[in-house]
Amino acid sequence: MIADTWLPVAVVLSSLVPGLFIFFLAESRVRLRTTLNLAGAFVKLALIGVMLWGVLREHAYVFTHTVLPGVELVFKADALAMLFVTLSAALWLFTTVYAIGYLEGAPNRSRFFGFFSLCVTATVGVAMAGNLFTFFVFYELLTLATYPLVVHRGTEKALRAGHIYLAYTLGGGALLLISTVWLYGLAGQVDFAPGGTLSALPPAMAGQLQIIFLLLIAGVGVKAALVPLHGWLPLAMVAPAPVSALLHAVAVVKAGAFGIVRIVYEVYGIEFAQSLALLLPLAIVASITIIWGSLRALFQDDLKKRLAYSTVSQVSYIVLGVALFGPVGTIGGIVHLVHQGIMKITLFFCAGNYAETLGIHKVSEMDGVGRRMPWTTLAFTIGAFGMIGVPPLAGFISKWYLGLGALEAGMPWVLAVLAVSSLLNAAYFLPILHRAWFRAPPATWPDEHIPARRGWETVPLLLLPPLATAAVSLLAGLFAASAFSPLDWATLIADREYLQWTP
Amino acid sequence: MTDGFDPLPWLIVLPLAWGTLAFVLGPGRGARLAIAALAVQTLLALQLAGELVDGGARAYAVGGWGAPLGIDLYADGLAGVMLLLTQAVALPLAVYARGYFAATPKGRDVFWPVTGLLVAALNALFVSADVFNIYVTLELLGLAAVGLVAIAGGTAPVTAALRYLLATLLGSGAYLLGVALLYGTYGSVSLEVLAPLIDGDAPRAVVLAAALMLAGLMLKTALFPFHFWLPPAHGGAPAPVSALLSALVIKASFYLVVRLWLDLFEPLVTAAAAQLIGALGAAAIVWGSLLALTQTRLKMLVAYSTVAQIGYLFLLFPLATLVPPAAADSALQGGVMQALAHGLAKAAMFAAAGGMIVATGRDDINRLGGVGARLPLTLFTFGLAGVTLMGLPPSGGFSAKWLLLQAALESGQWWWVAVMVAGGLLTAAYVFKVLRRAFLPVAEGDSVTPVPRVLEVSAFALALAAILLGLTGAPVMDLLAVGRGA
Repeated sequence: MIADTWLPVAVVLSSLVPGLFIFFLAESRVRLRTTLNLAGAFVKLALIGVMLWGVLREHAYVFTHTVLPGVELVFKADALAMLFVTLSAALWLFTTVYAIGYLEGAPNRSRFFGFFSLCVTATVGVAMAGNLFTFFVFYELLTLATYPLVVHRGTEKALRAGHIYLAYTLGGGALLLISTVWLYGLAGQVDFAPGGTLSALPPAMAGQLQIIFLLLIAGVGVKAALVPLHGWLPLAMVAPAPVSALLHAVAVVKAGAFGIVRIVYEVYGIEFAQSLALLLPLAIVASITIIWGSLRALFQDDLKKRLAYSTVSQVSYIVLGVALFGPVGTIGGIVHLVHQGIMKITLFFCAGNYAETLGIHKVSEMDGVGRRMPWTTLAFTIGAFGMIGVPPLAGFISKWYLGLGALEAGMPWVLAVLAVSSLLNAAYFLPILHRAWFRAPPATWPDEHIPARRGWETVPLLLLPPLATAAVSLLAGLFAASAFSPLDWATLIADREYLQWTP
Repeated sequence: MTDGFDPLPWLIVLPLAWGTLAFVLGPGRGARLAIAALAVQTLLALQLAGELVDGGARAYAVGGWGAPLGIDLYADGLAGVMLLLTQAVALPLAVYARGYFAATPKGRDVFWPVTGLLVAALNALFVSADVFNIYVTLELLGLAAVGLVAIAGGTAPVTAALRYLLATLLGSGAYLLGVALLYGTYGSVSLEVLAPLIDGDAPRAVVLAAALMLAGLMLKTALFPFHFWLPPAHGGAPAPVSALLSALVIKASFYLVVRLWLDLFEPLVTAAAAQLIGALGAAAIVWGSLLALTQTRLKMLVAYSTVAQIGYLFLLFPLATLVPPAAADSALQGGVMQALAHGLAKAAMFAAAGGMIVATGRDDINRLGGVGARLPLTLFTFGLAGVTLMGLPPSGGFSAKWLLLQAALESGQWWWVAVMVAGGLLTAAYVFKVLRRAFLPVAEGDSVTPVPRVLEVSAFALALAAILLGLTGAPVMDLLAVGRGA
């Protein structure tokens, strides 16, 4: 059937085509631009809905185009791809709505939304890449599409952050390129397949494969902000709030984490990676990142910077889950890919609301903000509790499975890492909540430019997205055990990854 | 092909004809004629490419008189690819040049006739079947190129043109000396006759001939350290001229180096010589990129970028010489892909730079503020061209880099991997230096005026082609394989 081939391409094009149109729109065509943006987002979701239905019935959607002899561009909708693609498309919709409200009246909106759409296109490409080459192509495209968003404001500070961002990500991309070409030389085309494909190579290549693994992980680790490759992330928060939200929840950081998932499970295969002794070092790096990110977050007064360090820490939960040998740990890591996205995007939306509405950028300015903006603060609270891992929120589910997975993998020390990290999470989130809800508000806010009107504490377009994502993170936790929850889907993926494994 | 229409000679006759007519008709009608004729030439090159893929490499006897009495033309896949590149770059550039010279008319009377000669010389060079004919086309090409550099007049361009003239004459002089030595030894200049005669025990004179010919051609390609003439010539000429020179003219002498190295002197080449050429290429990448980074004039930056990108071309030789056949294939494919990608991207970049200079009224990287807001398409063009030069996907430059990296890893020459990756990062540094400036708001006292739409669109078409090349590499590689044994 022709739709089986073209559906994955249509999903990629559904944001690329509107994006290219938007580039050439005059600044004043607000309505047309908004229509294009939202139409793209909804069409993408609809297409994904169709594919989800098919993938569940083990239907294959594959598109192949030969780029060079022996090198193919492949889009494939497998279970893992669908997880990430659904997350991206859903959060893209929320972020687009938010960005329309956020940028109202700001200059250069056509450029912004054009690159915004390109950025989502790249993310969707990363998600649906069917082999390592395709993954690399979209991974680099993501770097290029996000740079103009990071420097969007054009200030000296933004340009400097953009420079550092490029230095890190292009450097990481170079490592990824070398390792990809190397692997292609050894193994031919490296397709993503459940259980991995490299275990078929002769044992004499084990040494080379270990080096390649190191290079690959370092390459994607830059975007996943593994310590010590995380330096760009806290600087990149100079970008406008919707960009930060997207960067931290679905696009850049997630593409890195997703790359690690693909490399470990579908290139090397979890069992082969374990036999090459690659998982323990990965778990150690992830643990260091988790603790270090949380520690740094403690000392940030800038709200977005605190959230950025929190991202450094939280994304490595995914990596940690990947590195725990055993299906339960896998479930924990993969489900956190979704959970972290929903929770973190909520937090960044809220931070943007505080800044846009009241001019609050610092934690120390947040006294009593809960009384002025109760709904935003409620959403923030749900997000923060989720990050700490309070039941029954989504973050709790992730941590529960990670803990069980650590025991199953015979790495009880990981429990200590999880406990310390949860304590640190509480230590940097609870004071914010205390200030917001229990301290008296100041006489005047730093820079209030959206007055409360007719019961709305801020512009509806800014308020509704965080409320929606907060609700989703609550539901994802409450209904984790039901069908079609992120946990259910992650379990499906884990089942397919452990082919020969019996506990 | 027995008696049907053959596009091969028309690719040489047409540009000669429109060049001459442009001289008579003047720049207005001459430009229109040139654009129409180039469109026809593009179709002819496509037709030829199709015929080559279907029917294999073939010769054409000019006037029915074949060698040794007459002149033979010979087209294989490599020639077909270069012919495609030439027409594909020249057509949008002609559209661009028409708009450009409408805005800055200095030198436009001479531009069209000389460009006709230049294109004819290029096309003839790619299909020449003997080393003497190649010399003639090479000389014609050099003279046309020098003439184009000087068309704007003024002290600096004329000085640059004279320096260029010296370099190009020296290069073709060395080449001619080599031809004489070959003729003296074997009594023939035909590539077809010479190739089987040259083997590992060829006399000293032949080794000397090979060295002279290759060195002369490297001088003309501006391979480090022979690059001294290039930046002033390419950076000082009017934008359409710079684009033609950087995209096509240096590719012609590079094409000859490939042809001689792989087909004619293959039994003589040594690993040491190949490594030496590769080392010069590596030095070009590093030195050209570093100098590009330090430039304050936009066109000089782009010109030094050419010096660096030429370096990548020459990595082909160590990667294709005395290595496993799979690696050698990848290396040739990668080198040719790089020539194509750089041709399209550099033409786009010079064209975009020309647009920015027309808009801001000066050639200064530090005064580019406002370009991003006023000329978004031109800046986007510059960015896309930059993506290709950096070797980032999806682009022709990326495909080239992928193939070259593959060849390096397959033949175990990891040191070239380091060079290529470092070169890509350096390229990013100088490309983003420009983009970053252009994102800033207009500085006080500066102004950015709009430029004719045609300048923006034709430059964009070139950049887009460089990107799309990355997705359509497979048919290009099929064409390249025609007549190459495998």
